[in-house]
Amino acid sequence: MIQFAQRQVTNLGNSILNVVNGLGDFTLFTGKTIFWTFKPPYRIKLLMDQIYFMGNKSIFIIFLTSIFTGAVFAFQIYLGIKAINPDSFIGPVVTIALVKELAPVLSGLVVAGRCGAAMAAQIGTMKVTEQIDALEVMGINAYQYLAVPRILGAMISMPLLSAIFLLVGYTGAWLIATKVLLIDEVLYTQKLSDFMDLGMVAEGLIKAAVFGYLIGIIGTYQGFNVTGGAEGVGKGTNMAVVWGMITVLVVDFFLTSFLAPIL
Amino acid sequence: MSQFAVEFKNVTKKLVDTTVLHDLNFGIHDGKITTILGFSGAGKTTLMKHILGLVDPTEGDVIVRGTVINKLGELELREFRRNFGMVFQYAALFDFLTSFENVAFPLREFTKLKEKEIEDKVLGLLDSVGISREAAYRLPSELSGGMRKRVGLARGLALDPHIMLYDEPTSGLDPITTHMVYDLMKETHERNLSRGFCSIIISHDIHATLKYSDYIVFMEKGRVVEHLDTESFKKSENPVIRRFLEL
Repeated sequence: MIQFAQRQVTNLGNSILNVVNGLGDFTLFTGKTIFWTFKPPYRIKLLMDQIYFMGNKSIFIIFLTSIFTGAVFAFQIYLGIKAINPDSFIGPVVTIALVKELAPVLSGLVVAGRCGAAMAAQIGTMKVTEQIDALEVMGINAYQYLAVPRILGAMISMPLLSAIFLLVGYTGAWLIATKVLLIDEVLYTQKLSDFMDLGMVAEGLIKAAVFGYLIGIIGTYQGFNVTGGAEGVGKGTNMAVVWGMITVLVVDFFLTSFLAPIL
Repeated sequence: MSQFAVEFKNVTKKLVDTTVLHDLNFGIHDGKITTILGFSGAGKTTLMKHILGLVDPTEGDVIVRGTVINKLGELELREFRRNFGMVFQYAALFDFLTSFENVAFPLREFTKLKEKEIEDKVLGLLDSVGISREAAYRLPSELSGGMRKRVGLARGLALDPHIMLYDEPTSGLDPITTHMVYDLMKETHERNLSRGFCSIIISHDIHATLKYSDYIVFMEKGRVVEHLDTESFKKSENPVIRRFLEL
């Protein structure tokens, strides 16, 4: 009985130590990436490559996700409140939801799945095949060369993708509302300015940039911490996606609580 | 100038509760091929990481070409590492770049050479290690193990280093390719001798070591058991070395 209790306490202690170690490691990693962001040489070409990969190459999947999200959301809102003559509310409700929540959060989830995984897999593969050591031996800082362009790339791409999500999602909702549910086109748009302001747009874009940063830092951290071979790369990739998505959802709550009252 | 390219002075490395290098005191001769030999887990790779400044000793100093490398700051160290060329166990070529781009990489990063000059230098280096023009524009995944090692060697030589390190350069290669790679290493060494050059090989291939090395450092459990020229090493009466020689 005493031995069992001792084992449980030891396990608990080890788990706490692992969590503290992990947090310390992550904080150190974050500090290094921030330090190397401001140190020359500034790798503009690598940053552009990452923006192209994360931004341009994600447009199709963002387009698909957003048009159907907008369409189904308009449908659901209409069905949910049709008893109270909702025609003039559909437009503002759908648009506010898209601007403040759906565009940044769903873009974040898509980018975490697509780009966070790619970051962890690319960097993790480089780690296990000694390519990162090769960079270091040449005198090139691997954090600056590999992590910084990816993190900045995600931070810049995310607001752009979120804006595309918003426009396409709005179009999807508008099509369903006016062409399928036969809501008057003027009614759909006329109340928008009563309910919306630029602060909401700013809130959505700030959220998107923060999510981009978090997806970037988590993806690259998982890549740099890959151990072992192919199995380690798979594990790191999986962790990047899972933690990226969880972080987007959790941080969204806190950002909303913080930004909504001030914007 | 010291006769040694690299010197270990009272170097000890401890990791949490184990000592991986025990009070090392020896020098690696400039202008010679030295092989660090030993069984797996002997501390060879840790030793190499100390030479490159990737790991700091817990005690003692590592002196490379007169500079105490463990006393250098981060940025000075990165600058200093341009003295080294390195061929990794599995070549560690950047898999997103062609052979040509891999060799051009350090030149683009660290020199102000024009694109034409880079092209001439890269093709010259690839020629010198026997890589054809056609293979120069292939990705590493499209090359054989031996070709990857040769491209790795060309990349390591790109910045005209003074110390060339090879980490298990022939692991995973067949015997004929192994000898081809060793011949190439020897040729490279002799070709660069005039500008001050030394080759350090980490290996457990005893036959190739005896054939190609000038000096052998034999390590066991983090200690240097013997540091001798190759002829003396062959005659060593140390039982551990005899066991290794009889393999």
